Amino acid sequence: MTKKLKVATASLAGCFGCHMSILDIDEKLIPLSELIEFDRCPITDVKKIGKCDIGIIEGGVCNAENVHVLKEFRENCTILIAMGACAINGGVPALRNHYSLKDCLEESYLNGIGLENAQIPNDPEIPLLLNKVHPLHEVVTIDYFLPGCPPSADAIWTFLNELLSGEAIKLPYQALHFD
Amino acid sequence: MENIITIDEQMIPFKTGQTIMDAAMEAGVYIPHLCHNPEFEPHGSCRVCVVKVNGRMMSSCTTKATAGQKIENNTPELQENRRCLTQMLFVEGNHVCPGCEKSGNCQLQAVAYYTEMLSPRFQHFYPYRELDPTHPDVIIDFNRCILCELCVRASRDIDQKNIFAMSGRGIKAHLIINSPTGKLGDTDLNVNDKAVQVCPVGAIIKRKQGYMNPIGERFYDQAPIDEMGDIAEPHAGAKHHD
Repeated sequence: MTKKLKVATASLAGCFGCHMSILDIDEKLIPLSELIEFDRCPITDVKKIGKCDIGIIEGGVCNAENVHVLKEFRENCTILIAMGACAINGGVPALRNHYSLKDCLEESYLNGIGLENAQIPNDPEIPLLLNKVHPLHEVVTIDYFLPGCPPSADAIWTFLNELLSGEAIKLPYQALHFD
Repeated sequence: MENIITIDEQMIPFKTGQTIMDAAMEAGVYIPHLCHNPEFEPHGSCRVCVVKVNGRMMSSCTTKATAGQKIENNTPELQENRRCLTQMLFVEGNHVCPGCEKSGNCQLQAVAYYTEMLSPRFQHFYPYRELDPTHPDVIIDFNRCILCELCVRASRDIDQKNIFAMSGRGIKAHLIINSPTGKLGDTDLNVNDKAVQVCPVGAIIKRKQGYMNPIGERFYDQAPIDEMGDIAEPHAGAKHHD
């Protein structure tokens, strides 16, 4: 038996919808698990990434921890994949890019309706927000992009299978969508 | 000489005065386009319809067909150019497909699918642009405007209202509204005006129609744009621009 490929996944400034779509691969995950094993991933709950063949990132980059995780993935993964709208163009979190970070924080935590003891959170454990939300390719080199909000389970399955078999990746028209 | 041009080795007949785009559309040959709509004078601004005519890059919507032209259309080089132009349009505005009512019915998105655009490639501008909700039946969201000027042409040439215009130059070019306040609510725009029907993207959208058709069951969800054609159907009795 050939050695299983190591796959790591992470959700940065995303909604975990893309990871739900990975789970949606459902019973086909069983044959897939004969080809790959998960390293750092919300499914394994492994916190620290090791050397991996494939890294899959959902979500864009909105805070200092996101930058750290993304750079760690890039250093440790041979192939890095941006999965879903937010990883590719910032998506919904990037809607805040039209406003200053100060305005966003004040609107949410100081001037919002019904707030008591209003204050902007500043616990040292909370990662510092970046001024703007960035798509992954603005921070590190990305090898593959898989659009969709989220990409369907079928799209992820086809993508991974073709990638693992070394074929050129060609998704059917219906599987390639931005929405 | 016979009125025949060749597009990707296929012989296409044309009538004198027709553009390459006209002849291709009549023959059912798809040349990607965004600012072109056969009901209006060609604009030639989006450059997505650029083809190689006897080895030279020309926009097919503004170049007259002449007998014997050898035209390249669906080639890797031209598709790459078109993908690049589409990517530039995506990063220049705020095109958030998952949150857009036009998704699935959008020509910009459909051209992106057709040219196999997977990423924006460039750095996003994330410009700040206003949304104008002042009209009771129509919303205009400047975030999604690609400056095709179809609403400008429709309002001027068919509705005879001159509601839309362009202002600024180069990267500062933007759509404006001809009213004392600059707001859509202060114009005599009617929801049935041609200008409201021709927007190829989600910049001009009708109110009270949101998500009547679910995502996944929309126009370009069925098949690619080279099979489906433009989303804006010509209205009954529409005249061709020539």
